[in-house]
Formats: sequence, C-alpha cells, structure tokens
Amino acid sequence: MSPGSPAPLEIRGLTVAYGERPVLWDVTWSAPTGLAAIVGPNGAGKSTLIRAALGLVPALSGSARFFGRPLAEVRPRVGYLPQRASVDWDFPATALDVVCMARYPRMRWWGRVPRAEREAALAALAEVGLADLAGRQIGRLSGGQQQRVFLARALAQEADLYLMDEPFAAVDAATEQAIVAVLRRLAAAGRSVVAVHHDLATVPAYFDHVLLLNGRVIAAGPVREAFTPEAVAAAYGGRLNVLEQASVVAGAGA
Amino acid sequence: MTLGHNTLVVLAGCALLGLAAGTVGAFALLRGRALVADAVGHAALPGVVLAALLTATFGGDPRSLPPLLAGAALAGALGVVAVQALARTGRIREDAAIAIVLSAFYAAGVALLSYVQTLPAAAQAGLNKFILGQAAAMRAEDVAWAGAVAALALALCLLLFQRLRAACFDPDFARAQGMSTARTDLALLALIVAVTVAGLQAVGLILIVALLVLPAATARLLTFRLPRLLLLSALTGAFCGAAGAAASAVAPDLPTGAAVVLAGAACFALALLFAPERGLIAGAWRAARRRLGAAEAHFLRAAWEAQEAAGAGPGTAGDRWTPIAALAAARGWPPSRAWRLARWLALRDLVALSERQVHLTPKGAAAARRAVRAHRAVEHHLLGLGAADTAGADRLADLVEHGLTPEAAARLLPEPSALPASPHALGERP
Repeated sequence: MSPGSPAPLEIRGLTVAYGERPVLWDVTWSAPTGLAAIVGPNGAGKSTLIRAALGLVPALSGSARFFGRPLAEVRPRVGYLPQRASVDWDFPATALDVVCMARYPRMRWWGRVPRAEREAALAALAEVGLADLAGRQIGRLSGGQQQRVFLARALAQEADLYLMDEPFAAVDAATEQAIVAVLRRLAAAGRSVVAVHHDLATVPAYFDHVLLLNGRVIAAGPVREAFTPEAVAAAYGGRLNVLEQASVVAGAGA
Repeated sequence: MTLGHNTLVVLAGCALLGLAAGTVGAFALLRGRALVADAVGHAALPGVVLAALLTATFGGDPRSLPPLLAGAALAGALGVVAVQALARTGRIREDAAIAIVLSAFYAAGVALLSYVQTLPAAAQAGLNKFILGQAAAMRAEDVAWAGAVAALALALCLLLFQRLRAACFDPDFARAQGMSTARTDLALLALIVAVTVAGLQAVGLILIVALLVLPAATARLLTFRLPRLLLLSALTGAFCGAAGAAASAVAPDLPTGAAVVLAGAACFALALLFAPERGLIAGAWRAARRRLGAAEAHFLRAAWEAQEAAGAGPGTAGDRWTPIAALAAARGWPPSRAWRLARWLALRDLVALSERQVHLTPKGAAAARRAVRAHRAVEHHLLGLGAADTAGADRLADLVEHGLTPEAAARLLPEPSALPASPHALGERP
C-alpha cells in the first residue's frame, strides 16, 4: 500500500447495542494493509464489530469505511467469512454449491451457475486443498473441512479485504496450518485480512496487527508494540489465567 | 367412476397445484417458514367470505373464483404482516404470534361465514368447501385459475432458485454480498401465499399447509442435493394432489384436503422408515451393525490377550484353546452373551469352537491383531496426553476405537510397527 492511500477498514466511533445492553462503546480503529487480529474475551464484541462494519447488525452511532469509501460503493472488494456455527450444515448442498454462492453477485439473478463462475469456485476449493471433495454434501465433511469450505467461499469472492469471524475455531492442527498458509499468501499478494481470533498464543505468529477489544478499544497497533502482557491482562479484565498469560509472554518474545 | 372431462381437468389441476406446492414448500421448509404457510391458509378465510359477499352485493356470481382468490390473497398477506408486526414488538415470540393470528383470522372468517349463509345471494357460493376442500366440485374455469396461479408460482420459484438457496443457507453472507435477503424473503412469502390461495378450493384452507410441508419433508429424507430435492418434492406433491383429486371424484363426500394430506403423510411415513440413508430402519440397521462389530472386536481382542497373558501367541508352539467363560469374565459379560458371540464368530470362521473353548483361526488372529492394535494405540495416545489413568484409558478406548476415521487411524497407528504392549495387566476386570 502506498503511503497516504486509505486503510482497508476504518471504524469511527462505532457504538452497538443489543436491546438496551451496549456491546461496543465508541470504537475507533483502523486496520492497515496486512493481517490483523481482533482479540478479546467472550462477549467483548469481536464478532459484533465486524458484523456491524458489514451492516449486518445496526449501529447506534459511528461508521465503517472500506478503502476510504462506504461499503455499498466497494462491496466487491470486501469478503466475509462468518462463524462456522452460524449456518445449518445439514443443508442440502455440496461443497461446490456453497463456494459458488460467493459468485452470485457476478451472475444474473436467474438461471444456472455459469461455467466460468463454477471454475472459479473449483479453483478456490483447490486452493484450500478440497478439490477432491467438491461434490460432497457439506454435512458429511469434518469440522475442519467445513471451515475450509467457508474459507474457499471467501476466497472465491476475490476481495481485497477479508473480514473473518473465528476462522480457526475448533479446527484440527492440519486445517489451522492450511488456513495460515492461505492468509500468508493473501498478505503476500497485497490483500488484507481482519480476523476475530481467540488463541492468544498464536497471535504474534499469525498476525502483524492486533486490536485488543473488550467492549471498548484496550490497545491497537503492531503486535510487537500493542500485544503486551499488560494490555492483554487489561482486555481480559484480570480473568486471564496464569497459563494463558505465560503463553502470551513466550509468544511475544519469539 | 366415470373419467369425465371435468374429472380429468380437476385431476390435472390438482397435480399441477401439488407440483407448485412441493417446489415452493421445499424452500419454505429450508427457510423455516412452514408455519407461516399455515397462518396464510387460515387467515385467508375472512378474505374469501368478504369477497363472496362483495361480489354478490354488486350483482356478480359469488362462485366466480378470481375475486375469491384475490380476497384470500389479501387476507393471507395481511395475516403474514400481522404475524411479523406482532413478532417485532418483542413482546411475544414468532410461534405464539402465528398461533394468535391464525386462530383470530380463522375465527373472524367462521363468524362472517355464519352471517353470510343467512343471505340468499351468497348462500350458494359453497364457501364451506373452502374449509376442507372439495376438488370434485371445481369447475373447469376454477381449475384454470388455480392452475395458472400455481404455474406462475412454480416458474418464479425456479427462476429465483439461486437467490432462494443463498437466502436459505446463509442469509448473513448473502447480505454481506449486497443481496437483499429481505426482498428474497418477501418473494418467498408471496410464493407461499400464491400457492396457498391457489389450493384453497381443492385442498381447503385448514390442510393446505400439509401440501407445502409433507412433500418437502419427504424429499428431504431422500436426498442431500437441492435440485434433486426440489424435483422429488414436486413429484411427491403432484402425486398427493392427483391422489386427493381422484379420491374426491370416487367419494364426493370425502374432503379432498383430507385425502391429499393422507397421501402425503403416507409418503412421508414410508420415506421416514425406508429412506436408504436417513430412514429409521437404515439407521437402526447401521447402529446394530456397529454394536455387533464392536462386540466382535472386543471378543477377538479378549481371546488374543488371553493367549498373550499365558505367554503364548497365535501360531506359536504355545498356541492354546481358551475357555469362553474366561473371556466372558475378562470382558465382564454374562456367559450367555459370550456364547452367542462365540457361535457367531465361529460361523464367520474367525474362531474355532470346541467343548466350551475357542481358538483363533488365522483369519480371526489377523482381525484380533487389528483390534488389539487399535485399542492399544488409543490407550497409549490417551495416556500420552495425560487424559486418563490406565483403567480410564482402557474404558475410553473401548468406546472410541471402533469409530476411528482413516486420518485418525493413520496418525495413531503408523504401519508397519510392532504391536504395542498393553499399558495395564491383562486378565479379569477389576
């Protein structure tokens, strides 16, 4: 990114409430180009932050701009990977069907999926190592494979910024490595990722930037500067147990 | 039964209606809108009665279908709006809102109906038929109207296939892509209303929901592919519609709605029992096979370990016979169960059986070695993780060793390697 060009995601004064309970308090944060993690305890509003940025939950106040513009103007440049648990995996669809859904904005609203879009979806599946399982019903995939289908669907959007909600949640070690490899390839190609992440130990290894969140912004910046044990402890409000803190220190020093 | 022209027309119309209801119903089911269809049906009654009343008042033929369908559609749509408005107040959940709207509109319809029937002009409209349905009473022009609405709904549903699928599977993702799921949902509701209204006269407003739900639920049991699901659901719906119309022609006193729903319920029950993968019988068969397979593996492993404990091994000079009672004791099984298994394994040529003793055949020894390997690999893995003590690892391994995925087995049991030693003493269970 050349200096001065607008950040992939810029959030200003975002406040969101469910019913009468505020979840996010006046969050202002700018995600630079590269890989950024949103980290915080359960209920910190991590998912809410990206869902509100995408307009999926209404915000009380504040705004999100993508590449310096409102979302509606740059939608094709923004990809989304929702939480795996947010859909019914018993749904009658194959892995390829699901990935093809990423190509719907490029298609007419009626008729079949054109061959070119189908090929693009297959290529995305191949990129996450699932080319052989394209025709399998999604309910018969393992949890890690389902997560990779979601990743393939996000990749098939061919966006410049990907908002990912817990991409590493409940996946096996092999899938985690496959996802990390994809993230690094995206970063190397100049794309950006903002991911909700729950594993403190891997933040320094996987991400360049971090937002520590607990309803409000606790700390933000390059991992080396912002991801300090003190900031993590503040984000977790003292609920962090000894073991997790140890792994944070070890990771930051590595 | 005479297959007159009118009967054939009604039959074809009801089949077309079923085709449309099956297709639209599949999406209604996937989007969790089945109960909304019920609300639409019941809410249509006051609309039908008012439409007949208005038509008669202005000197029209109260039996003419288009005004009745329009009234039904308006009232049905109003019912849906009422449900959504009630649910949006946050004071009441959607299921209760549906129940309230459905019964309130229906009650209003019944009250209106009892009043209208005292008026001579509207009395011949046969409005009662709309409640339970009577396909045989339909005239050819009625069938044409209902069929046209159904065909339109079917065509729209197929055109909207991709949009509906996206909104049903992952509405948030669709919205993040800039697709309007609100508009897609509205289209689906309109389709539900259209099919419901088209089926009012033939199937009746009380039971029309079944024509949307039963074919779709049946098809859901039979396939995992959406296009195939739509096709199966449509065909099942067409069969139910035609069967109902035929029953109505044979026995004019039988409400068509009842016949349609009974045909659909029979299809669903058959699929529930006999579906190749999701059927209850197939499921019970698989579970029984798994239980038997686990018991076989446990028996063979006990026979192997009995030899190991005696310092011998299958195929060695010390190869010996083991009393079945000892195996039963090692497994903690009643002797009768061990006996039944021994006889079953003898039938499969995995053990030789003689005088209450068993002996592993070469085939049995190979199977037993696999079972021992799997068990011990899981045991050592659990112990290595510190997840259990030896007794706990033994018990847990008994539960999970039979269902190892190929990937897990490859990681736990790298071949070729020696048989690991048992982490605990072999013999009788504590």
